[in-house]
Amino acid sequence: MFKIHKSLGAMVAAGLLAVTAQAASAAEAIKIERQSWPFSGFFGTFDKAQLQRGFQVYQEVCSSCHELRRISYRNLAQPGGPEFPEDAVKALAASAQVEDGPDDTGAMFKRPGLLSDPLPKIYANEKEARSIHNGAYPPDLSLMARARNTENVAPWYIHPFLMLRDILVGYQEGGADYIYAILTGYKEPPEGFELMEGMHYNAAFPGHQIAMANPFAAGDGQVQYQDGTPSTVENYARDVAAFLYWTSDPKVEERKRIGWVVILYLIVTSVLLYIAKKRIWSRVEH
Amino acid sequence: MSSHAEEPTRRDFLTIAGSAFAAVGGAMALWPFIAQMNPDASTQALASVEVDLTPVKPGQAITVMWRGKPVFIRNRTPEEIKTAAETPLSELPDPQPDRDRVKKGHENWLVLIGVCTHLGCIPKGQSLNDVKGDYGGWFCPCHGSHYDTSGRIRKGPAPRNLEVPTYEFVSDTKIRIG
Amino acid sequence: MATHQSTYEPKSGFEKWLDERLPIMRMMHGQFIDYPTPRNLNYLWTFGGILTAVLALQILTGVVLAMHYIPSVNEAFDSVERIRRDVNYGWLIRNMHAVGASMFFLAVYVHIFRGLYYGSYKAPREVLWIIGVLIYLVMMATAFLGYTLPWGQMSFWGATVITNFFSAIPLVGQSIVEWLWGGYAVSGVTLNRFFSLHYLLPFVLAGLVVLHIWALHVSGQNNPTGIEPQTKADTVPMSPYAVAKDAVGMAVFAILFAWFVFFVPDYLGHADNYNEANPLVTPPHIVPEWYFLPFYAILRAIPSKLGGVIAMFGAIIILVFIPWLDTSRVRSTKYRPLYRWFFWLFVFTCLALGYLGSKPAEGVYVTWARVFTFYYFAHFLIVMPIIGIIETPKPMPRSISEAVLGKKGNSGARVSPAGAAAAAEKR
Repeated sequence: MFKIHKSLGAMVAAGLLAVTAQAASAAEAIKIERQSWPFSGFFGTFDKAQLQRGFQVYQEVCSSCHELRRISYRNLAQPGGPEFPEDAVKALAASAQVEDGPDDTGAMFKRPGLLSDPLPKIYANEKEARSIHNGAYPPDLSLMARARNTENVAPWYIHPFLMLRDILVGYQEGGADYIYAILTGYKEPPEGFELMEGMHYNAAFPGHQIAMANPFAAGDGQVQYQDGTPSTVENYARDVAAFLYWTSDPKVEERKRIGWVVILYLIVTSVLLYIAKKRIWSRVEH
Repeated sequence: MSSHAEEPTRRDFLTIAGSAFAAVGGAMALWPFIAQMNPDASTQALASVEVDLTPVKPGQAITVMWRGKPVFIRNRTPEEIKTAAETPLSELPDPQPDRDRVKKGHENWLVLIGVCTHLGCIPKGQSLNDVKGDYGGWFCPCHGSHYDTSGRIRKGPAPRNLEVPTYEFVSDTKIRIG
Repeated sequence: MATHQSTYEPKSGFEKWLDERLPIMRMMHGQFIDYPTPRNLNYLWTFGGILTAVLALQILTGVVLAMHYIPSVNEAFDSVERIRRDVNYGWLIRNMHAVGASMFFLAVYVHIFRGLYYGSYKAPREVLWIIGVLIYLVMMATAFLGYTLPWGQMSFWGATVITNFFSAIPLVGQSIVEWLWGGYAVSGVTLNRFFSLHYLLPFVLAGLVVLHIWALHVSGQNNPTGIEPQTKADTVPMSPYAVAKDAVGMAVFAILFAWFVFFVPDYLGHADNYNEANPLVTPPHIVPEWYFLPFYAILRAIPSKLGGVIAMFGAIIILVFIPWLDTSRVRSTKYRPLYRWFFWLFVFTCLALGYLGSKPAEGVYVTWARVFTFYYFAHFLIVMPIIGIIETPKPMPRSISEAVLGKKGNSGARVSPAGAAAAAEKR
């Protein structure tokens, strides 16, 4: 199992540096390709196997630097998510040592994790994280797929139509598209591009200089999938983006399921009320 | 304005159907607003706790928190067990034999929800220096209910015995409550 | 209208008993059952009812959210996440509240533009209109305070930018801002007071709505012709006629509302607000919620700090004066061939300012923002007074019933507005 601890040393960038890079590029819009996701659209639901693979990628690759604080072990077994068998999740939780206490003597102690515990913390706080990573801060990934978005790049008169399209098709997957684009965006910098020391070229990142090294540097086969899905970087990126979309909004399936019932009900109600209104107004000329 | 004969019934039916449909939907929409006050998912996940019994010597008791309430765990002495077992049921306001309130093979361990069945105060009797009431168990200071060494109500306003939570022995020295 | 008497007749003994002591049923019956409404109201007039319903829903969802929300710097963001993830139906209630704010503004904009088009601000409805502007101001304050509460990046920086408006005031500006903050920057103290005020203002809003409806029921509703009802033939009882129409309007509006809640709940928000507030890092591109964008564009169009703030607040305050800025004798734009063009130009101006407000304040965007800001004010200060004087209105029907029934060809006589007024006086 490859761990990117080795490449940590390569991550040299002050947090400030990353910020200036981002600000400088605010004006330049990067087109992020929209992917087709099984969970997009009105009837979209998660592909459980994909979420499970995504969790595997997170565990084996991302989790060495990035936390997933808002997810507890119990979430991994709950409906509408990866839906791992509860026993497997219990065993996974028990393999982690969680600090608890204080006990009767006032001391903190370690115990095996329970379903109710959140996934392990890596850093005591942001400052510790930055000191480990030479100033860069690997953000918590729980909400990453909500906290990023894609932008429509188009002339002003096209904008209203694009907005209408996004509302009508229920486009909410900008964050997943972004994550996928970043994870597959590591390329050789173009000729003459000045890359700061310790930074990495990424086609999708604003400003193209990212402190995070390519997490899939070992290429295809870095993570071994068990379910027969080809172990390719493309699949790692797609699966982990799907998984992070779930962590950012674990109620997507329930939301859409209830949504259809509500919309259908409201349409029927509107029609009934409209007919009733017609009958009532037929009493007077109008 | 003309054909009054048949129209009103149809009209009324449609109006009633429309408003009834809207009203039912409105009533159903209330459910999320009621359900949100129920224990949330993270609270439900904490619904069971495991307790290590090794440090509790005979005659001692510990209190653990379970679902936001104190749970009394008492390691009873042989005398206490004997008194509890030999109390005739006729003397009890809420008759229940001691053997139904403990696990077989672990008769010394008494596990109770430490909330008085009268009005929800926490009875005294856990620490060594506490007043234990007239029957050597617990005494609720709020309104003077006395419980015996099986946690059964003997005297005072409380209507029922102290409740025994669902629990099981995971090993000889460890129980899981809930 | 004002003299309309309730036809309420107590039926049971209890109703009679109550009526002699507290005639609330009589009042309700008179104001909401047999209250006369113009028979020609179109669906744009259902938005008053829709807005009342949305306000009630916002208060309901807000009270529920307050049961789970924790107004502290360390807990606010986490508690919102707990609502989204763990609270039973918390995701639904939170989406309803967040989307509800947008829907509230959407409906209020339709309501305001309807009032502008049909001249609902003109005498004798000036006070009704001014209370409306006050409601709009309190709504904006409430929405701004509420947006701070999730304590995301946009919450924090939005609060910082908007409270800093007050620092533009000469001499006392900085003291006022520190007074607002309760510190030297937006902090946990600020969050706490914003939460308190965000809980308070909706009830102020509800009180203003009662005054708004009161004023409405004194002058009576305007209508698409802009001609006051003169006879009983011009009106229909509110129930069941207007109520049935309002119900349809609400149900259709609810479809739109539900669409956003269930399928695009985050569309109207900003992704950056899913990052927890960080006082050390400003997001590269700060934008307010969509309903504030036109005013944001006006703020940035003016190259001076104080000037920008004055222009922005002026853009709202100017609404108070339009009953007197509009010199036309005709209410409804339906009969104003020239003004109609300028009305739609004004609508376009507001949309354009909204778009420009969402763009970075640089280059061509600023130029256009200045052009449209100029027209925004010119519309009220120049166009309205002048057009009202030079325009020749179209011939108007003599009464509402003639406008309604006249279409069907049983009336030929059409008179000028002066004639209509004279005809009204004769009655």
